[in-house]
Amino acid sequence: MIRDITIGQYYPAESPIHRLDPRVKIVCTLLFLVSLFIQNSLPGYVIATIFLGCVISMSRVPVKYIVKGLKPIVILLMFTVVMNLFLTRGGDTLVHFWIFTITEEGLRTSVFMAVRLIYLVMGSSIMTFTTSPNGLTDGLEKLLRPLNKINVPVHEVAMMMSIALRFIPILLEETDKIMKAQIARGADFESGNIIQRAKAMTPILVPLFVSAFRRANDLAMAMEARCYNGGEGRTKMKPLRYKAQDRWAYVITVIYMIVIFAVGRFVPFKLWIF
Amino acid sequence: MSIALEHVNYVYSPGTAYEKHALKDVSLEIAQGQFVGIIGHTGSGKSTLIQHLNGLMKATSGKVLYDGQNIYDEGYDMKRLRSQVGLVFQYPEYQLFEEDVLRDVCFGPKNQGLSAEECEKCAREALDLVGFPEKYYRQSPFELSGGQKRRVAIAGILAMHPKVLVLDEPTAGLDPKGRDEILDQIEHLHRETGMTVILVSHSMEDIANYVERIIVMNRGEKMLDGVPKEVFSHYKELEKVGLAAPQVTYVMHDLKERGFQVSTDATTIGEAADEIMRSFHD
Ligand SMILES: Nc1ncnc2c1ncn2[C@@H]1O[C@H](COP(=O)(O)OP(=O)(O)O)[C@@H](O)[C@H]1O
Ligand SMILES: [Mg+2]
Repeated sequence: MIRDITIGQYYPAESPIHRLDPRVKIVCTLLFLVSLFIQNSLPGYVIATIFLGCVISMSRVPVKYIVKGLKPIVILLMFTVVMNLFLTRGGDTLVHFWIFTITEEGLRTSVFMAVRLIYLVMGSSIMTFTTSPNGLTDGLEKLLRPLNKINVPVHEVAMMMSIALRFIPILLEETDKIMKAQIARGADFESGNIIQRAKAMTPILVPLFVSAFRRANDLAMAMEARCYNGGEGRTKMKPLRYKAQDRWAYVITVIYMIVIFAVGRFVPFKLWIF
Repeated sequence: MSIALEHVNYVYSPGTAYEKHALKDVSLEIAQGQFVGIIGHTGSGKSTLIQHLNGLMKATSGKVLYDGQNIYDEGYDMKRLRSQVGLVFQYPEYQLFEEDVLRDVCFGPKNQGLSAEECEKCAREALDLVGFPEKYYRQSPFELSGGQKRRVAIAGILAMHPKVLVLDEPTAGLDPKGRDEILDQIEHLHRETGMTVILVSHSMEDIANYVERIIVMNRGEKMLDGVPKEVFSHYKELEKVGLAAPQVTYVMHDLKERGFQVSTDATTIGEAADEIMRSFHD
């Protein structure tokens, strides 16, 4: 049930994408997200689809897994589509009944918006699926190191992030366990109206908070026992170093950016209204 | 009210990198009133197995029969099943949530639809059964000691009047005194109420003295199933899978090897002592 939430999780596998330097994945993911916003045309989306498709198939993460990651945004997605569909005006009217009007521009915007949102989530989940939380933090820490000069506690922020990421699966597992234990005591989470259901959550939330605090306390104790005192003077066992494959990944992504920008701007191909 | 598993398989996260075949073709039957121990190394599938008994997990293939009826049948009353097969999870104290002990124990009966007075009656009976002192009834469950918390959690299940009580490693994390107390209490419960008790453990020593039947799990398969004497006679195989027979089994086998005329059946220290005394008198 609750274990189905896969967003932000690491999926261990042997793949060229998994082996890339985390910095490459962070930067290239950002570039990919930007690429979704610098164009808004059918040819542009075709190229983004091809790029994303190639990366997904190379990553060896099951597509099923990535699609599952979309679950949490379904409501946001529907909201966006509906708002854009009815509120954006422009071009010929396609459908009109009572107070609702769907125009060509509305349909176009809502479809493109939906694709954009989906790719946004898929693109970023590919990054988290293929990078271990530790890798992600190391990469981020190294990328943001220049900010240290203006007194941003980069190491601490990165450490906090990695702990938070690490705790997602632990807390999900805990929730699952507590839920089962309460179901065994006859608790019912599935029936009743919204208020009854919210009330039914108490037997899960109270133990979950108690356990989260207990774990946080244990972790702090364990870190202190090992003399952890922040990033000052701390060295890495496996320092990040760019390899040939990482340079190639940058090159390919930059080429992709140029192509998508050029095609999005200068290829005026249109299929019906898209 | 027997429980039977027929060729049950369970696979975690099928089709992903996390795939794990946790139960492999497990078949067994437990009659009403039995006191059964399920034993196995950590990760052998004990917890997975017992969650099938009250329908919390659905077998990937195979059947689970309660009272002769397949619980996966369309329209089977799962809620009734769950109140008849009470499942106490490992570290059950982590599921406590109410403001005081009595109210927490009332949670189960309340979900069964009993009135407030009936709930409280059931709760008091259950707390009494596990030997929880009345003066702490109004205390917050979070302020109790580990052993007491566990009693409250077990009472929370007992208050639902289950016909079958399943306990997943009820002694985990307790000191030897707390462990013995809980086990004695469980045996007392079994004698008093006559309900089926299924006790999960990874330690032979713990359950050898209490149960009348032992099921040994190994890597998701049922390896041995029989009365303790019979299971312990396979002590060499048990060792191979990281389990050990009780120490008296080793003592008796050693004695026999050195030429003493003792039978190697003894499973408790008392039985062993009697047997040794008998061999001297002969
Ligand atoms: N939620 C889960 N997802 C994937 N694998 C699991 C999960 N829970 C348990 N397992 C695996 O299934 C096997 C059996 O686990 P479990 O039934 O908990 O064993 P035991 O209770 O005997 O220690 C173990 O190898 C464990 O790693
Ligand atoms: Mg277990």
